[in-house]
Amino acid sequence: MTPAEPTRAEVCVVACAEAWRGDGAMLAGPMAIIPRLGARLAQRTFEPDLVLSDGEATLVHEDAVEGWLPYRSVFQVVAAGTRHVMMGASQLDRYGNQNISCIGNWHRPSSQLLGARGAPGNTINHVTSYWVPRHSPRTFVERVDMVSGLGYDRAAALGSPANRFHEIRVVVTNLAVLDFATPDRSMRLRSVHPGVTVAEVVEATGFALTVPAAVPATRLPTADELTLIRDRLDPDGTRTREVR
Amino acid sequence: MDKVMTLADVVGELRSGMTIGIGGWGSRRKPMALVRAICRAGLTGLTVVSYGGPDVGLLVAAGCVRRVVTGFVSLDTIALEPHFRQARQDGAIELTELDEGMLYWGLLAAANRLPFLPIRAGLGSDVLRVNPSLRTIRSPYADGEELVAMPALPLDAALIHLNRADRRGNGRYLGPDPYFDDLFCLAARRRYLSCERVVGTDELVAAGPPQALLVNRMMVDGVVPTPNGAHFTSCVPDYGRDEAFQREYATAAADPADWARFRATYLNGDEDDYQAAVRARGGDRSAVQPASGGRS
Repeated sequence: MTPAEPTRAEVCVVACAEAWRGDGAMLAGPMAIIPRLGARLAQRTFEPDLVLSDGEATLVHEDAVEGWLPYRSVFQVVAAGTRHVMMGASQLDRYGNQNISCIGNWHRPSSQLLGARGAPGNTINHVTSYWVPRHSPRTFVERVDMVSGLGYDRAAALGSPANRFHEIRVVVTNLAVLDFATPDRSMRLRSVHPGVTVAEVVEATGFALTVPAAVPATRLPTADELTLIRDRLDPDGTRTREVR
Repeated sequence: MDKVMTLADVVGELRSGMTIGIGGWGSRRKPMALVRAICRAGLTGLTVVSYGGPDVGLLVAAGCVRRVVTGFVSLDTIALEPHFRQARQDGAIELTELDEGMLYWGLLAAANRLPFLPIRAGLGSDVLRVNPSLRTIRSPYADGEELVAMPALPLDAALIHLNRADRRGNGRYLGPDPYFDDLFCLAARRRYLSCERVVGTDELVAAGPPQALLVNRMMVDGVVPTPNGAHFTSCVPDYGRDEAFQREYATAAADPADWARFRATYLNGDEDDYQAAVRARGGDRSAVQPASGGRS
């Protein structure tokens, strides 16, 4: 039997999984439903050495407990650099500066959000990616109101050696995959999800994106990946809460 | 040797204007009975150092807080803490916004009686812009690397909640994560440990592995038995987070009239009244919530 067509949410799960390809025994830090499914999918398929926690203090490999990592130890992993997080972003600019602190003037914000959390330490110490479930000009802005996680222009201004561990690998959204593979490390459209046009992504981005002459489509899940996602990793369909 | 106290005894030792550190993380294993007691006592002008959750929210709502020192304030399953959020938007509180690791390092510096500890976190971010008093320091060694000099965060008092303790101030956690409760105690002049149950030292020791005896009596000045005292935050394995109650709290916090009703129902009496109101409310307390909203 041929499985039903992949949904957008399932394409996003696989696009997130791809972010961790090649990482080996690194701690994956997925901060939302679809990135978590992506990390678990990667661990079960092409990246079996990837290290995952249950979101609290227990390390899990596939369905089995394999270790203990309380928050205090996570900070050691952050400082050691053996971690690749995929954080959310309330605002993100062309150089990958991320804001999860507040909207408006920090001294009296129009909207208080989470706070900087671990974003400053994550971005200066190890690889970071971002997941944006609703790609819109409200999120992709010319300037973020507060730099929680630093982008490439901030890292460049710091210079060597402070910027040596800084890397923003990819930004995965409900429409596309973006990266920073440009001479000035500004954001570039890497692929559009099947059914999405380049024009839609450009329209949904509040700054001028670098768009290559030919933009490939984000790869589809394989039949095995679809089966894993649907039957093993997310039988309750929680992925549709983030992306329909 | 016997350090058992009442909530009123603890609050009697606290003063307006103090810097108070609160253990736990987000909406997990927070010393909520102690927090409620501070709210009732009407202390003001507090500086609260916390990996913030409803502890910060309740204290802010009660007008106890001048400044919050934190990396985030969140209810975990509800991302944003409504009282903290409103107070920030109203300009009603001051904020020292730090990276989570910087907060850890500030407590560690205080615990080690050091003026600061170097850390990479914060460089290049706006945490340095919004905290203009933060300084960087250059390594005196050949590398010459510039790092943030995270200042010590010494506390006048620390409040933590553990699953079990003895009367002397030894205590253990039974859940998966110690959070930073030992460090809060080590950074503070006065240290108060509330717990689900006070047991004999033999029973305390037998309740689990020795390395989960997180605090010892050198680190604790007062022990307060507060059954269900972390409610509505989680205190696994004794109980999970009361998600239904947390939703009621967050919904009420969004509207002044609803909040007045919530206060009248749950907060205007003492801790026994609170626990009676929670019992009368009923609801499902058995489910230990699955993981969600970990650290970022």
